[in-house]
Amino acid sequence: MTPLLVALGALVGAPLRLLADRVAVARRGPGSVAGTLAVNVVGSAVLGVLLGLREVPPAVLALVGTGFCGTLTTFSSFGWDVVRLVEERAVLRAAGYVTATLVLGLGSAAAGYLLVRG
Amino acid sequence: MLPDVIGYLAAAVGGALGALARWGLGAALTSPAGAWPAATLLVNLTGCLLLGVLLAVLLPRYPAHPWLRPLLATGLLGGWTTYSAFAVDTVRLAEAGAWGAAAGYVLASVVGGVLAVAAGLLLGRAVADR
Repeated sequence: MTPLLVALGALVGAPLRLLADRVAVARRGPGSVAGTLAVNVVGSAVLGVLLGLREVPPAVLALVGTGFCGTLTTFSSFGWDVVRLVEERAVLRAAGYVTATLVLGLGSAAAGYLLVRG
Repeated sequence: MLPDVIGYLAAAVGGALGALARWGLGAALTSPAGAWPAATLLVNLTGCLLLGVLLAVLLPRYPAHPWLRPLLATGLLGGWTTYSAFAVDTVRLAEAGAWGAAAGYVLASVVGGVLAVAAGLLLGRAVADR
């Protein structure tokens, strides 16, 4: 049952991440990292809330946590975009992107986690 | 943007496969409390390396293929790697007072991930150029 729930969550998370990326590129131009940044921040906040709560059923953890949040967010695209920006000699943008991802991503995870934990 | 059904379907299928593999590894490789989450670090570093190789080979040959990149890069490797678990695990390490472990984990993930993409890219280009 658990693998099915993980797959179901991922079936929603991955296309949503693709959509966020395409919306960002359509609005802000090719090479925009705003979509990946947005899903990483939102996914971290949701997982923070989920893991901060006590007594979450394992099925919900598999579906929403491992499946949806795990797949909505990505580390590989983040790493790829940093390397791409450095190759394009946009080193400051790369540094800004790493900083934003860490501050906003870790911040939203902490906010979600500590808010419900109290 | 929206009519590209094949791209979204490919991302969904690849994402489900990547997430299942990540879940499998997570179940097999558990880490004690206060230690670095080894499974998440492993998926993120290998996913970064493989994405570098993949895009080095894929982009020059199929720059606008309708489903290859969504299936393999966005889906499979995007689903295999994860940012949310990295973020929440870091918060938990810090909350437990293991600040050194948390800082080391962030550094290993970010510096390691970026270097892994770069290494994969060089590797993929070397293979693609032969």
